Amino acid sequence: MIDAFALLLTILVLVTAGWIAVARDTRAVVFGFIGYGLLLSLVWVLLSSVDVALTEAAIGGGATGILLLRVAARLKVEPHPAPGRAMRISVGVLCAIVTAALAAIVLTLPDPAPSLAPLTAEHLASTELGNPVTAVLLAYRALDTLLEIFVLLLALIGVWSLGADRYWGGAPAEWNTGMPAPALAFLARILPPFGIVFAAYLFWVGADEPGGKFQASTILAAMWLLVVMAGILPMPQTGGRRIRAALAIGPVVFIAIGFAGIPMAGGFLAYPEGFAKPLIILIEAALAFSIVAALTLLVAGPAEQAPRS
Amino acid sequence: MSLGLNIFTVLMVSAGAFFFLAGTVGLLRFPDPLTRLHALTKADNLGLGLVILGLLPQTVSLLGGLKLVLVWVLVQIGSSAASQLLARLALRRP
Repeated sequence: MIDAFALLLTILVLVTAGWIAVARDTRAVVFGFIGYGLLLSLVWVLLSSVDVALTEAAIGGGATGILLLRVAARLKVEPHPAPGRAMRISVGVLCAIVTAALAAIVLTLPDPAPSLAPLTAEHLASTELGNPVTAVLLAYRALDTLLEIFVLLLALIGVWSLGADRYWGGAPAEWNTGMPAPALAFLARILPPFGIVFAAYLFWVGADEPGGKFQASTILAAMWLLVVMAGILPMPQTGGRRIRAALAIGPVVFIAIGFAGIPMAGGFLAYPEGFAKPLIILIEAALAFSIVAALTLLVAGPAEQAPRS
Repeated sequence: MSLGLNIFTVLMVSAGAFFFLAGTVGLLRFPDPLTRLHALTKADNLGLGLVILGLLPQTVSLLGGLKLVLVWVLVQIGSSAASQLLARLALRRP
């Protein structure tokens, strides 16, 4: 039964991927990509990786999807001129090489694959967490998570640097000009309370069950964007003091606790005995602020209005 | 008693699945965006509603049942707003 479902899902994923590759309409491709992200998250559920599934649905389908939709809406170059035959063949060959290389790597993996899972489970108690994924992200491999938030901020700086000098620190372009649809305004008033409660739940439950700050932050960013789209809140100023502080607080708290670990626990990003869980929650809360601000501003785009003073 | 409830579940979920099937056929076969939206919303509210109604007797706790109903309500809000937006877009550029 589960095999039949897995097979059906695999076929669906492959067909969707193929359709995305050949479809010509930019907007349709983005919708296809969002669906593809949701299908992939079902695949992760089937592989019992609910944490990855939640992240894939939130980031891969939702956040990336809306980012691409906004880009597609503002490109205004449709219909594309069809690329030349040489271009198409070389792209096809390169993609085939990547696929073949990936397949070869997967097929040559030793069986059973080398795993750190027993080690992770063995030391789980010392982190006072119940969810091994959170333990990996914020205790065993905290450095990776620290670098991840830097990647996010660097991406945001990259987006901001696309704006004109005279708009530096101003708000991004408005979502749409004219009156927002009444249905959208209705949704933007109804949905955020649910979103905030659900995000708080995901954040809190992340210590012991699948969930965590990244998924929770994505939901909060989505709620913020929804309210902005409906014209209830203005586009955030990219130079606003509070928003800059929100962006900085995550890495600052993370690094401060990391360095405090050197005298207190004998290593960068080491947590003193008995304080692991409170410190992890503190880091996650600070990171959540930064991730919400970064994701919202990433989707909003570079400043395109003169700064309000 | 439990046999009756199980039969109820099978009947309701099957009816829900039928509406999803009909909605999909409508999406593929109907001529313009508005009628396609009409077909889709039937799958959303009747299809999902019947599936959840069918699943209610199978829930272990009252809270679980409430969550299922809440899922349906949220889908109602989301899909009705989304179809309003799509319909506006379809009317604006025929």
